[in-house]
Amino acid sequence: MANTLAFAALADPTRRAVFERLAEGPRAVGELAQDLPVSRPAVSQHLKVLKAAGLVSDRPEGARRVYQIDPQGLGQMRAWLDRFWDGALDAFKAEVERPDPNEEPSA
Amino acid sequence: MNQTIQPAAIRKSLTVAAPPQKAFSVFTEGFDRWWPKSHTIGTAALKQAIIEPRQGGRWYGVDENGHEDDWGEVLAWEPPARLLLAWRINGKWTYDPSLLTEIEVLFKATADGGTQVEFEHRHLERMGEGAAEARAAMESPGGWGGILDGFKQAAES
Repeated sequence: MANTLAFAALADPTRRAVFERLAEGPRAVGELAQDLPVSRPAVSQHLKVLKAAGLVSDRPEGARRVYQIDPQGLGQMRAWLDRFWDGALDAFKAEVERPDPNEEPSA
Repeated sequence: MNQTIQPAAIRKSLTVAAPPQKAFSVFTEGFDRWWPKSHTIGTAALKQAIIEPRQGGRWYGVDENGHEDDWGEVLAWEPPARLLLAWRINGKWTYDPSLLTEIEVLFKATADGGTQVEFEHRHLERMGEGAAEARAAMESPGGWGGILDGFKQAAES
């Protein structure tokens, strides 16, 4: 099942890092390799898996290939939820830790 | 090669400077105080967000016209240690009772009197069918860019 494969592709931390870079905007392989502590061939391998999973797509741009998050894939959905929960949980933390005027501040 | 495919859930871990009792209480009874109001599946603005404090309870939003939008129900209510919610909102941002994704939140006391909060939203692969349709919503001003602005304001207020 294609969707399941897409999530499996994100289980690897480096691949996830590649995916998150692409969530910020389209990148070429070389740009991704510069940002990450992995070799260019390794980045290419991760991109191949992400592409097979339907998470990213690529297009030629001059002599190089530029990768981006596949807008038709499940990748958008997961990227959205991931950020959504980051923000919601930040707001939760702020609310839990907000000083209560009726309460003695704890040490 | 092992072909068993394990979907990657969304996992978050955070520490809050309050004991588990308070963290659980703010997460549930205080839900409306922190849930971003910009996030609703209804057409009108979200006025209130509610988690009913019991197993089998609903969690839902109330819009400014008083209309209630179900998001799912409370699958496990174990204060102050664990909360399990069903999230039944599909990729088209509509309530779908046949869809089950799970949100599990664990509250663990830390040595210094705080709480380690372990959050997981799992079985997301089941949402896949509406992913393409959800794209438009995500890219709109009400999508995650706009929502993040809302979080920032809430967190800093």
